[in-house]
Amino acid sequence: MKQLLNTLYVMTQGAYLTLDHETVKVEVEGKTQLQVPLHHLGAIFTMGNVMMSPFLMHRCTENGKAVVFLNMNGQFLARVVGKTTGNVLLRQAQYVAASDANKAASIAKNIVAAKLQNSRQILLRGAREIENTGIEAGLRQAATSLSDALINLKKSGTIDETRGLEGISANAYFQVFDTMVKENRETFIMKSRNRRPPRDPMNALLSFIYTLLLNDCVSAAEGVGLDPQVGFLHAIRPGRPSLGLDLMEELRSILADRLALTLINLKQITEKDFEEREGGAVYLNEGGRKAVVVAYQKRKQDEFTHPLLEEKVPFGLIPHVQARLLARHLRGDMEEYIPVLYS
Amino acid sequence: MWVIVTYDVTTETKEGRRRLRRVAQACKNFGQRVQKSVFECSVDQAQFETLRRNLLKEIDVKEDSLRFYRLQEPRDAHVEEHGVNRTVFFDEPLII
Repeated sequence: MKQLLNTLYVMTQGAYLTLDHETVKVEVEGKTQLQVPLHHLGAIFTMGNVMMSPFLMHRCTENGKAVVFLNMNGQFLARVVGKTTGNVLLRQAQYVAASDANKAASIAKNIVAAKLQNSRQILLRGAREIENTGIEAGLRQAATSLSDALINLKKSGTIDETRGLEGISANAYFQVFDTMVKENRETFIMKSRNRRPPRDPMNALLSFIYTLLLNDCVSAAEGVGLDPQVGFLHAIRPGRPSLGLDLMEELRSILADRLALTLINLKQITEKDFEEREGGAVYLNEGGRKAVVVAYQKRKQDEFTHPLLEEKVPFGLIPHVQARLLARHLRGDMEEYIPVLYS
Repeated sequence: MWVIVTYDVTTETKEGRRRLRRVAQACKNFGQRVQKSVFECSVDQAQFETLRRNLLKEIDVKEDSLRFYRLQEPRDAHVEEHGVNRTVFFDEPLII
């Protein structure tokens, strides 16, 4: 089993990262703030004005460590990509599967089924934990509409039907999502899911966590030698990491949504962690981003028993495990792609 | 696993000072300095072998002393820290 390697996040503006023998050195204003042996790291994320020496970039690409540049808001800007490696036969199998409507639809269907099931679990958990009977009823109703969609999904054949069911279910889910908020309810009210730019704190928080998760999913796809741009559920579009998005679908609710609720309900994130920009866009500020990243990294270390492997896996490794299962299916070693189900 | 590396390198000669620098660097590649010539390293078996080989290459067995201690896990139950120089945990969130 792959080891869950740590990610170094550098958010201090003006920091400079260099390679010092086998370590990464982070300097701020000429002073060494941290020195980490490279063997502990799987990825380096930088946000905003952070510099990195070419030698460090060289070493990271040689050793397959992801280097990702995000802007101050945590939006993805660039990834340092090394040589095209991995198994070309696997990628070819991926392309063939993507252009085979039946095969693509079956993978997409399994992904959406897991997404619905996992979202349902989050709603039911929310319903169990809430005391207000009106809200509880709303959550249970939304959960029921997701299970109805699951039944319809079984009957659906084409990928468009699958996408349609996913869209309807996502609406039902986000309509009741903010009723699971117990603290600072007036701040975290959410009319609907919106992005680019997010228009309220809840959307800003979700978008930020999704960015972190998406980068992990893209790295996972690349790690097993899959092309992160060629997806099944998400249509292929230039510049879009469709497979990364596919891998993320089943994990959104359990890794990102639940984390957002926990952060709010434990008051680790409050209204002072956000700032509004001109034009109505809302983003996390520096303190908010740090709090979220810490919580996300901690969450990745929590373990859960993978239903298929029947062994304990840290949450942070699930994207890798799932990418490997997908690769197995694409190579023909496994009848179906089996997504991860959370219970 | 957690390994404590400690060393004494004679610094009377220029050669010795060179060895000291190189030993310290070899340790830095695998862990962190917790005292002047004490390093804590969290490594797997293969990394430990590499670390040991690198260090043995650097020291002069007639002049210097090198010691490895394996920490009993869990580390936190067996390590007490006082004073300055707190340990950074490289497997906890690393955010700067």
